[in-house]
Parts: sequence; structure tokens; C-alpha cells
Amino acid sequence: MREPNAYRRLSRKRVREAASGYLFIAPWAAGFLLFTLGPMMASAVLSFCRYDPSAVRGTLEWVGLSNYARMFSGDPLFWKSLSVTLRYSLISIPLQLSGGLALALLLNRHVRGIALYRTAFYLPMVLGGVAISLLWLWLFSPSQGLINIGLAKVFDFLGQDSAMAHLLAWPLQAVFGKADADSLLPGWISSERGALNSLILMSCWTLGGSMIINLAGLQAIPKTYYEAAEIDGAGRWTQFWRITIPLLSPTIFFNLVMGVIGSFQVFTQGLIMTAGGPNNSTCFYVLNTYRNAFEFFRMGYASALAWFLFVIILSLTLLVVRSSSLWVFYEAQRR
Amino acid sequence: MRDSRTHAFEHASRRTARPGSHANRLSRPNALAIHALLLAGSVLFLFPLVWMMSTALKPLDQTMLMPPRWFPAPIQWENFREAVNYVPFFAYARNTLTIALLGTLGTVISSSIVAYGFSRIEWKGRDPVFLVLLATMMVPFPVTMVPLYAVFRNLHWIGTFRPLWVPAWFGASAFNVFLLRQFFLTIPRDFDDAARMDGCSEFGIYRRVVLPLSRPTLAVVALFHFMYCWNDFLGPLIYLIDQDTFTLALGLQFFQSRQGGTPWNLLMAASTLVVAPVIVLFFFTQRTFIQGIAMSGLKG
Repeated sequence: MREPNAYRRLSRKRVREAASGYLFIAPWAAGFLLFTLGPMMASAVLSFCRYDPSAVRGTLEWVGLSNYARMFSGDPLFWKSLSVTLRYSLISIPLQLSGGLALALLLNRHVRGIALYRTAFYLPMVLGGVAISLLWLWLFSPSQGLINIGLAKVFDFLGQDSAMAHLLAWPLQAVFGKADADSLLPGWISSERGALNSLILMSCWTLGGSMIINLAGLQAIPKTYYEAAEIDGAGRWTQFWRITIPLLSPTIFFNLVMGVIGSFQVFTQGLIMTAGGPNNSTCFYVLNTYRNAFEFFRMGYASALAWFLFVIILSLTLLVVRSSSLWVFYEAQRR
Repeated sequence: MRDSRTHAFEHASRRTARPGSHANRLSRPNALAIHALLLAGSVLFLFPLVWMMSTALKPLDQTMLMPPRWFPAPIQWENFREAVNYVPFFAYARNTLTIALLGTLGTVISSSIVAYGFSRIEWKGRDPVFLVLLATMMVPFPVTMVPLYAVFRNLHWIGTFRPLWVPAWFGASAFNVFLLRQFFLTIPRDFDDAARMDGCSEFGIYRRVVLPLSRPTLAVVALFHFMYCWNDFLGPLIYLIDQDTFTLALGLQFFQSRQGGTPWNLLMAASTLVVAPVIVLFFFTQRTFIQGIAMSGLKG
């Protein structure tokens, strides 16, 4: 007789606990339905509609797959913005990850004043989009910006026609474009060739984020591993590849996932610094989506664009997560 | 595991070479080379900010002097006064603060309640639901941006601050919930049981046991959200209409786009004013901040 009774009491306790559990997550559940899931569903439906709330009576009509058809076959700007964002991600993520790792390795050598260096490298991360975009707009200005004024000084010093000056200018202009036809100076964000690369260069200013996380990861690696390796006669290089990299791989993995999610949503720089130009060379995917939605009021089409972005981010993240078993090393003790 | 990691991280600066430790064998020239490298790097990283402040204090005709002058002479403090008048800085700052404070309060309260439900209480389906919460981090804002705009339009919220802070009261930031949950998991369950013996309700345990123990993590969450609001651009760009409701980020962009020949000294003065509070806040809360970042990366 006691057995079922005790069982029932236990289950009643469970029920009570479950109820309070639901109560505690209720705010999130409501918010999730109202601000995430609901809008996602709505946006999925809208992607099959023409929707312009700005029109006098607001149009909403079912157009089937035509938004998607337009995306893939009728809209050159879609392909352009996709390739701009892909190129940005493909170059900027590896640069940020490797730069952040290199800095973390340097800082992990227990040099004095680590806190000062750490602050200096991390500071740009906390500063926000608009002010920083304006600052770099000013730095990159081809005729008045500090970078080109400095470079002009260097070219003057070398002699405008000297081989040295041309040797220096050539790779710079190959990557960052020309300021004008017969100038040695790079054009940075004002040239079609250089605009995107300039924004990529600027993105390296915020590699402090991955540095901090890598540093924490590095400091969690037990020193005894290195000592044991040393006794076995392993050199620095071997230690790096056999100990540091495998034990740091979960951290690198985290940075990679965050990098993918973040870089596909770049927007502010493109709007403020270059307005998507010159000639759409910095028309990022989200910028294009924003314009379709809020400048041209093609909200149905913008929803289709947004859903495609979601699918890309989702599949890339899944790809990284799936592939992680091949290259991310988890210690047994770490779950 | 994570605790020892953050601990190790926090004490990194104090943990100078222990006898026999790996780093102890840094030879002197090596250390010098590393210092030189780091110093050069820091200077390179800080110079844009120095240039911003230097430009902010110059008369316009000095902004493009050749060679560039690092220390403006005379120092033109009036730039700040002029910039503050040109962009209605204080009105924008008040708007930004209103949104940021309301949002931060909401985030701290709601995400801690939600995180409690995901960590200290057992219920069926908890872990799958938590995965859903994590997955929402991947949903790009543009996906929900159009319907959200329609929803807020129907509520007549467009042009008000509400779209910018109300969602924060619903645990909208999955990242913060995640951060708090990870921390709550490390608090021993014995505390709850003791409180429960004393007749404490579940909410009482949250209020009186878990919250007081989590102050540092709550500070991290508050800080993250505050900075996010301060810097947010796309949200205000979409939801705010009237110029006098603009936030600093939006106002700054408006100021710049309105200018024909940009007076860079004023623009940089305004930018400096926008960035300065964040820099000051960062300096005072650095330890909390960096610890929080490190914590997020070491979820295991």
C-alpha cells in the first residue's frame, strides 16, 4: 500500500515543480511567441505576398513563389549583395580569428602589463557602430584622411617617381583601389575595388573579442601538459600543434560560430560609410534587405530575402557544428 | 571547470612566472621583442581614437593640415559646445538613456527569472526547450524585422520608444539567459533545500538565495545590454520617426548625412561625446566585462 502512495506523492511534487518551472519561463515563452516565432511565421507567409503598408490602404496580396523567382533570376542586386557578404565573411573571419589567436598567444606569455595591453586591444570592441563608422570614414577619406596624408608623406620622402614609392603603392592600390587616375595613393572606401577590402581591414580593429576568449581558453590549459611535453623532448612548435591547438579548438569553434552569425549581418558600416557603393561594391545582404523593406517598401520581397539569409546562416552553422567532431577536441572531463 | 577557468583568467596578471612554469623560460631579448610587438600593436589600435579626439579639438582649417598635427593648438573646446547645439545632444542622450535603462532593467529581471526556470527547476522537456532558446540566437534580426514592424505599427508603437525596450522585459536576449543559466547551475542545490525547509517558495528562493549570489553575473548582463542599447542603430533607424525622439547613434548618423561638406571637427566632437561614456564605463567595469566575455566563450 505504501509503494503507490509514495509514488503518487512524488509525482504530485513533480507536477508542482513542473508548474513553477513553466511559470518561471513564461515571460520568455510569451516573448518567444510574440517577438520571434510569430514574426518568423508571419515573415514566411509574407515572403509569398506583395506587402506594402505604406500605400494608402496597404496592399497585401498573395503572389506565390514570384518573390523567390525574382530573387534568383530577376534581381542582380541579390546576387551582388550575396557575393559581397560572402567575400566579407570569407576574408574577415579568418583574419579576425587568426589575429585574435596570435594576440592571445603573445599575451599569454605572462608579460608584464598584460592588463594594459588587453584593454587597449579590447577597447574598440565596446564602441558602437555609428561613431566608429564615422571615425573610419574620416580616417579613410582619400584626400583628407589621416591614412592617406601619412602615405603621401611617405611617398614624398621616397620621391613620387622613385621605384620604391611605386613598389609600395602597387600592392596597396591592388587591394585598396586608386584615389584617382594618376595618384599613388589608395582610394580606400571611395573606390569600387577598395571599398569592401577597406571595410574588411576596419573589421580587424575589433579582433579583441576573439582575443579575450582565446586568452581565457589558453589560460585554462594545464601547465603540466607542457612540462610533460618538454620532458619528452617536444619543441615549441610541436607543443603548439599537439597541445595548444587541440585544447583550444572548442574556443576557436565558438569564435567561428559567432563570427559566421555576426559577419552575415553586417549592416551599419555599409549604410553609413559607403551607402552600399561605389557601384554596390559594399551593398551587404542585410543592407539590401533593409532597403527593400523600408526604402522601397517591398516588404514581401524583403521577407523572402530575410528567410534566405536565415537558411544560409542556419546551414553554415550546422555545417560548422557537424564538422566540429572532426576537428574540435573535447577533454573527457569536459562533458 | 568553468569556475577554475575564469579564476585562472582573472588572476592572469598577478600570476607571474612560477618556478618551473612554462613561461618562466622567456629569455630577456624574447620578452623585449614581445613587449615591442604588443606596444606597437596597442598604439596602432588606439591611434584612431586619439585621432578622433585630436580632430575634435581643432579649428576646421587645421583638420587637414599636412603634416597632420597630433596636438591641436590652440585647443578649440568650443567645438564641443557647437556640436552639442548642432546635434541636440542632450535630448538624444536622454532618449538613449531612457531606452537603455528601461531595457536593462527588463533584461536583468526577465532573463534571471527565465534562467532560473531553465536551471534550478526540473520539468519535462526543459532541455529541448532550452535548445530552442539557444537556436533563437541564430535568427537574424532581418527575418523578424518586417512582421515586427507590422505588429508595432498596429499597436501604434512606431515612433515611440516601446519597440526598443518592451521586448527586453520578455527575456528576449537568449544570450543573457544562457549566461545566467550557466552561472545558476554552479550554485549548490543544498542552498535551495535549506531554504525550502524554512518554507521558502520557489520565487523566494530565486529572490533571496539565487539572485544575491549572482550579483557579478547580473552586472555582466546589465552591462552588456546597456552597451547594446547605447550602440544600437538598426532598431532606432526602423522604429523612430521624429527627430526629437532620436537616439545618439541615430542622431549622429542624421547629423552626418545632413551635412554637405562635412565639418569633421564637429562630427568628431559629437562622436567623441557619444563614445566617451562607453569608454569611461568600460574602464570602471573592465574586470566584470572581460570576465563575462570570457565566461561566454567557455561553455564547454
